[in-house]
Amino acid sequence: MKNNRRSFIKLAGIAAAGLGIAPRAMAAAMGGSAPIKDDPKGITAKQWAMVIDTTKLNTAKDIEKLAKVCHTVHNVPSIEGKQEVKWLWPDIYEHSFTEQENPHLPDAVTRRQYALLCNHCENPPCVRVCPTKATYKRPDGIVDMDYHRCIGCRYCMAGCPYGSRSFNWGEPRDHLDLDALNKEYPTRMRGVVEKCNFCVERLAVGKLPACVEASNGAIHFGDLNDPNSEIRAVLRERFTIRRKPSAGTEPSVYYII
Amino acid sequence: MLEIALKGSKRYYGWIAFLLVLIGIGSMAWLDQLINGLKITGMGRDVSWGFYISQFTYLVGLAASGVMIVLPNYFHGYKPNKHMVIFGEFMAIAACIMCLLFIVVDIGQPTRMLNVILHATPNSILFWDMIVLNGYLGLNLLVGWVCLQADRARLPHPKWLKPFIYTSIIWAFSIHTVTAFLYQGLPGRHYWLTAILAARFLASAFCSGPAILLLVMMITEKFTTFKMPKKAVSTLVKIIMYAMCVNMFFFSLEVFTAFYSNMPGHMHPLVYLFAGYHGHTELVGLMWTFIGLAAVSITLLVTPKFRNNFKLLPWTLGILVIATWIDKGLGLLIGGFNPTPFHTITPYWPTAKELLVSMMVYAIGALVVTILFKIATEVKEELGQAQAMPCGCSTEDECDCTPECGCTDQCTCKEA
Repeated sequence: MKNNRRSFIKLAGIAAAGLGIAPRAMAAAMGGSAPIKDDPKGITAKQWAMVIDTTKLNTAKDIEKLAKVCHTVHNVPSIEGKQEVKWLWPDIYEHSFTEQENPHLPDAVTRRQYALLCNHCENPPCVRVCPTKATYKRPDGIVDMDYHRCIGCRYCMAGCPYGSRSFNWGEPRDHLDLDALNKEYPTRMRGVVEKCNFCVERLAVGKLPACVEASNGAIHFGDLNDPNSEIRAVLRERFTIRRKPSAGTEPSVYYII
Repeated sequence: MLEIALKGSKRYYGWIAFLLVLIGIGSMAWLDQLINGLKITGMGRDVSWGFYISQFTYLVGLAASGVMIVLPNYFHGYKPNKHMVIFGEFMAIAACIMCLLFIVVDIGQPTRMLNVILHATPNSILFWDMIVLNGYLGLNLLVGWVCLQADRARLPHPKWLKPFIYTSIIWAFSIHTVTAFLYQGLPGRHYWLTAILAARFLASAFCSGPAILLLVMMITEKFTTFKMPKKAVSTLVKIIMYAMCVNMFFFSLEVFTAFYSNMPGHMHPLVYLFAGYHGHTELVGLMWTFIGLAAVSITLLVTPKFRNNFKLLPWTLGILVIATWIDKGLGLLIGGFNPTPFHTITPYWPTAKELLVSMMVYAIGALVVTILFKIATEVKEELGQAQAMPCGCSTEDECDCTPECGCTDQCTCKEA
């Protein structure tokens, strides 16, 4: 009995001490002395958005040039056929704006090719369906992927109404030039989903997305929530459309027609 | 009770060995998939779910089917079914295992499977599907095993089990509803984006599931002394009939909504499946086969003369199973992905390796069914319940099967 009481008091004392110390230890481990700090040059926004001027950027050749830049920067494997992986690609009006076609569109509009990519929806169905939070929406509106969390169930691919997601059906590194890898971005393993990420890794160090930088001004990029941003000025002045408005996903990629 | 499964005839062991060989062959294909990835399948960027997920979807119906025997027994006190209950539950166990295995073979990173639990995400229907499938598996294991053990000891079923039995009955509806929700809540997949999908899933489950169960039971009768009571069979056949009629009625509601409204998104998948779209007619023949077989099976089921013909019944059920399999096991999935988000058509067909892996899962299911049914039929034999009589009746049929009635092996005695 006596022994029991003594050991109880001892335990209680240790527990109380632990409770007192633990939060401070946790704070020390997580807060002030965190080894990774935000780059002061990094650029931030409330909701990143893109406006693609299709009067300037509209040939398959030009869009493929941007796709090449994007795919090189992100080590995207080049695979032929239906198991291909792509982040940015060209397609015709009929395929891009399936709900907004009519048989009498101006030739200029139907002749053009349109740059397609992940829409970074404000209301992304892929995030809603993902069972592991491997795909998630960042506070800056970018829908990003955690390649290490993904179990490869491909539910996000079924959920995406824009066909913007790719799956690594096989080993992606077999389709990469391993000598010409971009060492600043990881390669993927087989069995995970990947997609355009609005170049989060470049924004973090103050660079614009690779396609925006390579577009010669045909792609505008900025904060949709800032009324004074350049992108809002463009949206005020020019007529723009988005893909599949009826899906209610609120895409953050706008097209000047 | 498991020891019962270890004692059997040469034929029993031969069958088990045959299944193990199938599992072995299939697992080689799965090993290949684990090493090389899902590129060995016919899936792609546009049709990103294929044969595995469609088999999972179809088998959920089989898992839910047991409830069509359990429910009349417990909710309505309909006792002719009581000796079939255990088989419904054991079939559900095998079906749940196959469903879970089909999900496991479908995911790209099976080693990360536990992320679904470690990083539980309740906004994903897949999370809930994992809960309801595993829950239903557990409930059926518990209820089936405890009941059979009590039967064997000639004891009444324990009272504490009642809540689990009632829960399992309601749970059966949830597995199909939640699986339908997997598909139903996706924008941009018009063939799935319909409020009636869950109801369609239930209707098709309650006809195809009991049909498969009856067919398996008929095979079981051939190799054991077990004999289904005639009343139980005819009740189940009536349930199958109503469910199939409702199933096709629901399907016609989809057709009406799509074509009377003239909404392109709703029409295109049906046009692709039944008439071809953009020159692609891969599924047209199969889908019309589905309609034809569904019509034949309904005709045979609603006509009392054909429905009560026990010789014709296996064929009727077989036709129904093929029809519902084409509809739900193939058309539903491919029609959901086609037309693609770009209004194009990407045909899908499973590869040989995909079929081998599926064969492995089905063989595992058959193995589970064989072992569980072996145990159940032996216990029934020990107890002398629902046993075959020389005249072809079951001991539960209360028919006059004495030699005085003048019948031989072939004749069916009149019910007393």
